Amino acid sequence: MLSHDILIVGGGLAGLSAALSSDPSLSVAVISKVHPLRSHSVAAQGGINAALGNNPDGKDDNWERHAFDTIKGSDYLADQDTAELMCQEASLTIYELEHLGVPFSRFPGGVIAQRPFGGAGFPRTCYAADRTGLVILHTLYEQSVRQNVRFYNEWLVTQLVVKDGRCLGVVVYDLENAEFIPVQAKAVVFATGGYGRVYMKTTNAFINHGSGIGAAYRAGVPLKDLEFVQFHPTSLLGKNILITEGARGEGGYLVNNKGRRFMEDYAPQSMELSPRDIVARAIQTEIDKGNGYESQYVHLDIRHLGAEKIKKRLPGIREICINFAGLDPIDTPIPIQPAQHYSMGGIDVDKNCASAVEGFYAAGECACVSVHGANRLGGNSLLDTVVFGKIAGKKISEYVRGANGVTDSEKNLLDAALKFKNRVEGWRKKDSGEKFHILMGRLKALMNEKVGLFRNKNELAHCLETIQELREAYEHVYISGPCLRFSQELVNIIEYESMLDLAEVITLGALNRDETRGSHYRLDFEKRNDEEWLKHTLITWQEGKPQISYKDVFIGKYQPAERKY
Amino acid sequence: MEYLFKILRFDPRQDEHPYFQDYSYETEETKSVLEALMEIRNVQDCSLSFRYSCREAICGSCAMVLNGKFDLACRTELESLDSPLIVVEPLPNLEIQKDLVVDLDPFWEALVKIEPFLHSEGAIPEKGHRIEDEKIDKIFQYVNCILCGCCYSACPVVSKRENYLGPAALAKLYRFVKDPRDKRPFKNWSRVNTEGGAWGCHTIFKCNEVCPKEVRPADGIEALRRKLIVEKIKSLNPFKR
Repeated sequence: MLSHDILIVGGGLAGLSAALSSDPSLSVAVISKVHPLRSHSVAAQGGINAALGNNPDGKDDNWERHAFDTIKGSDYLADQDTAELMCQEASLTIYELEHLGVPFSRFPGGVIAQRPFGGAGFPRTCYAADRTGLVILHTLYEQSVRQNVRFYNEWLVTQLVVKDGRCLGVVVYDLENAEFIPVQAKAVVFATGGYGRVYMKTTNAFINHGSGIGAAYRAGVPLKDLEFVQFHPTSLLGKNILITEGARGEGGYLVNNKGRRFMEDYAPQSMELSPRDIVARAIQTEIDKGNGYESQYVHLDIRHLGAEKIKKRLPGIREICINFAGLDPIDTPIPIQPAQHYSMGGIDVDKNCASAVEGFYAAGECACVSVHGANRLGGNSLLDTVVFGKIAGKKISEYVRGANGVTDSEKNLLDAALKFKNRVEGWRKKDSGEKFHILMGRLKALMNEKVGLFRNKNELAHCLETIQELREAYEHVYISGPCLRFSQELVNIIEYESMLDLAEVITLGALNRDETRGSHYRLDFEKRNDEEWLKHTLITWQEGKPQISYKDVFIGKYQPAERKY
Repeated sequence: MEYLFKILRFDPRQDEHPYFQDYSYETEETKSVLEALMEIRNVQDCSLSFRYSCREAICGSCAMVLNGKFDLACRTELESLDSPLIVVEPLPNLEIQKDLVVDLDPFWEALVKIEPFLHSEGAIPEKGHRIEDEKIDKIFQYVNCILCGCCYSACPVVSKRENYLGPAALAKLYRFVKDPRDKRPFKNWSRVNTEGGAWGCHTIFKCNEVCPKEVRPADGIEALRRKLIVEKIKSLNPFKR
């Protein structure tokens, strides 16, 4: 049986960081459902935060201020020790990335350039124009080539195999050969990214179905704070492609149909550079009040930055606007609307990236440490992936060096793979039933409508009922294509199960949390309620249904206070 | 608007030859080729295979040939093809794995040969490297490469000469040797001073033409040639040292 000491699932930034920091004397492999360079990390644009103090306006910046901004931005739901850990590591992380080859943009004097970002007290976002994700992902991939990392590409993990609280390995669907393969491991790290495509309108790649988080959940690993879903304020009208926060960081305005910079009414001090939850709600409120265009968008205006600055600092979004909206932002304001962007919640792990299941770790967007709490600041997710990916690689190596083998591991894995194969055969035998794309479309529309920026009890409860109906319909799903090689139909059918699970966990967490905090806005409970709700939601799949429990937030130096921007 | 899609189909494990299959597709909206392919797959034929991921022209998954033109399916609008007939083919000069999915291994292997990683020296400088922005600007053209494989697949030399590294890998090498942080010794990268390397290019500039990201790999190859000559002359200089 194929066997490795460490299996890393996911070839984006967190996965590659984990691979590069794992003990090279161990047998390490990365499994990815796409070639690593096709991972969604590649689409990150605006930058990565670290208090380098290179911007003249950021001379007094330091990691403590970065940590404070992160915690305040999280609406005090972040665990303060982990947020501090991330921010303490930030500067060294940037210098390491630079030394590995990342071509950051520069300031005069040759130091790394930094731009202002939302919710940050100082300009501390390092960037490579507006293609920061591309350059960091390519750099880490290059280093993986240098270190001869073993990759299994176009392998989709369909199941995390856990027995008696111990992780044994995974089952994969090998797309090229249409085989279902058990892979044994002493320990597994998931770095499988987010679930944006559970929503109709999302900035995420088509592949972001959240099947990694779903596989962990079905194996009994608790999920944390999944009700906290980030909606990015500025996605391009139509395809909802991300238009970086860097556009506002460089000085862009948000303007309604009256020609007003409406952020004045919502966050008079920080204006366009308020945290994402606040700006996204402000935009939606303007649209709902009739101050949008065609009842669906407002303008992001960067014309006043001038052609030279736009071409130099924001070439990527200019290209996106030209390619996908047929307009040049040098001459025309960009039509934007909020769209799902990021998951603050995820697989419940501690600051070592370890979960409740022995030998199972998670890092990056699929994990919840929690450093982002109820709302993540822009520029902190790339930092999270690299810092915690690295921690995961180190900690899992330590774990594996001390781990004992498990008896019957092979048998359990073989059984799981066979069971999965039979399930696929079952889908294949049917010649009629439900088609995946219809079911998926219904779920996405539902989540967009009922569990979006503004939530209330009735809608959430109704949503849960509809998810149950969709679960029943999923029982009748079938495979219509005759060939299972490179079958995206099969990939989608497998991943749709996770989408249902995650939709349920998001909705259930949101329904129970009778307060407003960060990205979670309840129209029927419009205030934050620290007395009852300063705690993490944990949802665990037990006996065929989700069970809710709660866990304390680690409060350190900063007592929760009202957020004002 | 009604379109007729002619899509190349081939499963090398079942079919003797590739063949074209017709699908009619109707839409009133502005759609990309990728979106159309996904709808055709979902509604008409789930056995149709192709790669995709980001849908915003940054991940490089969906490179293919559309009415004879190399491009990313996600950034190509149906209307821009200006024809009711849309012929969709996989990237040529690579083995078809299934339908529009090709085996890019030769492309990745060529990349590995140029040692595609920064050869930085010494410990991490305490406050980072000092590099002027103009120097970063000079490499950014090549940094923008998304490794989609269009140039490699379109290059007439790649199709004839098996050991030719191809445009993307050579441009990537130039990106590194031009990087002020990169300290790889000349003898190390002068291995491309061959017909399989920088001198293999026939300056047909197909790579520049097909690149969806305006990287212009041939600029990099030309610059690499100049650098090879300069370094060679330097190494022959009897007054050196």
